[in-house]
Amino acid sequence: MAHGRIGASRTTSYTPGSGDRAVVETAVEPPRLTRTVQGRLLGGVASGLARHLGIDPVVVRLAFMALSVGGIGVAIYLALYLFVPEEELDREKTEHLEDDHRRKGRDVSQLIAYTGLALGLGFLFLLFGGVFDPLLWFVVFGALGAVILWQQANPAQRDAWVSSTVHRPGSKGLMRTGVGVLLIVVGVAGFLLFQEQLQNARAGLTFAFTILAGIGLVAAPWIIGLVRERDQERRERIRNAERAELAAHIHDSVLHTLTLIQRRAEDPREVQRLARVQERALRSWLYQRPADAETTVRPGLERVAAEVEEEHGVPIEVVCVGDCDIDDGLSAMLRAAREAMVNASKYSDADTIAVFGEVEEEEAFVFVRDRGVGFDLDAIPQDRMGVRGSIIGRMERHGGGARIRTEPGEGTEVQLRMPRIPQM
Amino acid sequence: MEDDSTNSTTFSDGDAVPRVVIVDDHRLFRSGVRGELGDSVEVLGEAGDVDSAVHVISEKQPDLVLLDVHLPGGGGVEVLRRVLAQYPRIRFLALSVSDAAEDVIGIVRGGARGYVTKTISGKELANAIVRVADGDAVFSPRLAGFVLDAFSATDAPPVDPELDRLTQREREVLRHIARGYAYKEVAKELFISVKTVETHVSSVLRKLQLSNRHELSRWATARRLV
Repeated sequence: MAHGRIGASRTTSYTPGSGDRAVVETAVEPPRLTRTVQGRLLGGVASGLARHLGIDPVVVRLAFMALSVGGIGVAIYLALYLFVPEEELDREKTEHLEDDHRRKGRDVSQLIAYTGLALGLGFLFLLFGGVFDPLLWFVVFGALGAVILWQQANPAQRDAWVSSTVHRPGSKGLMRTGVGVLLIVVGVAGFLLFQEQLQNARAGLTFAFTILAGIGLVAAPWIIGLVRERDQERRERIRNAERAELAAHIHDSVLHTLTLIQRRAEDPREVQRLARVQERALRSWLYQRPADAETTVRPGLERVAAEVEEEHGVPIEVVCVGDCDIDDGLSAMLRAAREAMVNASKYSDADTIAVFGEVEEEEAFVFVRDRGVGFDLDAIPQDRMGVRGSIIGRMERHGGGARIRTEPGEGTEVQLRMPRIPQM
Repeated sequence: MEDDSTNSTTFSDGDAVPRVVIVDDHRLFRSGVRGELGDSVEVLGEAGDVDSAVHVISEKQPDLVLLDVHLPGGGGVEVLRRVLAQYPRIRFLALSVSDAAEDVIGIVRGGARGYVTKTISGKELANAIVRVADGDAVFSPRLAGFVLDAFSATDAPPVDPELDRLTQREREVLRHIARGYAYKEVAKELFISVKTVETHVSSVLRKLQLSNRHELSRWATARRLV
């Protein structure tokens, strides 16, 4: 239910009015791709990537090293070093940094181990292959582009960029996308060119398609993630908006009414009226009753009752069964019902008035009942418009009917009946 | 209801006053109800959430529990589920500010034998308590309206005609209750005894609780009762 859950949400920040740029970061997201400061060996790329992917940094480092055999690894590393922002350290982490510095000895030994491994691999590579194979560099371009785009597609990253460039929204991101696409195009085109040289276009196409498929594979989860993130973001935003609306509503209406009630404390009737008006407003808002009172019987009847109640200060309880569109006859019935409620409020001295509306297949009924003083029907002067003109006469003119049951001391019930015009 | 009549005490005769536990998460409201009921009931205990409610009810074994629909810890429906599984004898009267159909229908389908709103006067509430403690059902005008709606809203053919349809007489009774008539007035109006009115209402209550009619199950799923 809507009660009392304000502000209980987790990790969301919402700025009203910022529209699509509302930033939502949730705890379930993996950490953003940043270069780490703690525990890094060189530029923090490998450990950052490892943290982002949730795998051991050793694996990433070894992978980089294996790729570096052809130069690709080095290029990727440099590219990531340039493009990936360094992580932002909060104060607490900075304090921990002291400890990390003390552990530097282990890090150096790790660095030496990796260097030795890299040298060995490089030696092997020099023995068996050529670094200046052009094929290699086109693959490097393609892979680089893929990496850039792939990173681009990370929703958390995207949001971070978007929000950090308020003045030039997305320009940095756009640039990155452009560079990524360009690199991929160069890679693929170069590949094809190169393959023509070898007069083996078929194999080249195959390879290009392989690259594209690879990129697709890399990108797909991120695109899906992006869509999910968008959905979640939208839901969060809607929820936040609702919460803000609830808070505003309570503030504007309920608190206002409570203030009024305190001021009018000496006038019980007025206090009750205020409380009822507020209660009704809050209910219709909480349970979202349809607001278009003009179109169907149920909200129409509720609205009529609310109006009479506000005017005369006697609580009116409305129960309605079934519903249909209001036509001329039903509109007349609502006016007659209103008149009956006004009469009951003014003359019956009853504490409450019960109104029951029922829409059936062929007829609609409204009963307005009070447990007030009642009256002698025959004793009503002919010229009293209220009952004879506004209720009975009105109903009969539209083909319906009205019955009034009353006795002094027994209360009054006005029964209204109106045939329904068959709907087309 | 027939199978409930093993309980020999009838509170309506004034032989004894019902022993009651009040479950509501607003302490002010609980003490207000206590004050309004006065000597017409014996209040054995109070509770403000589901767990303590189940505990207090199991311990005190009241005749009747006044149960709020919205409670921390799973709502009144959860209290009904846990208590009725062990002590089917204990009767529940739901009391709430909510008049949302799914709340009203949900709590009655959960096992409450009546539903009244918190704006009810102390005297009426005492009457309702006695009635429910005696094994009858208490329908407020609004609940009657919801039930009429529920049993007429759908075009789907009833699965079990005995449960999924109200008899003409039951509809008449409900209609009068929705119009604001007390049981006594309904009886006078329809030329039947008050006992017969009570029987009709109990039978409607049974149908409401047992019917699997489309509309009812929709409400139930909305409240995650099924």
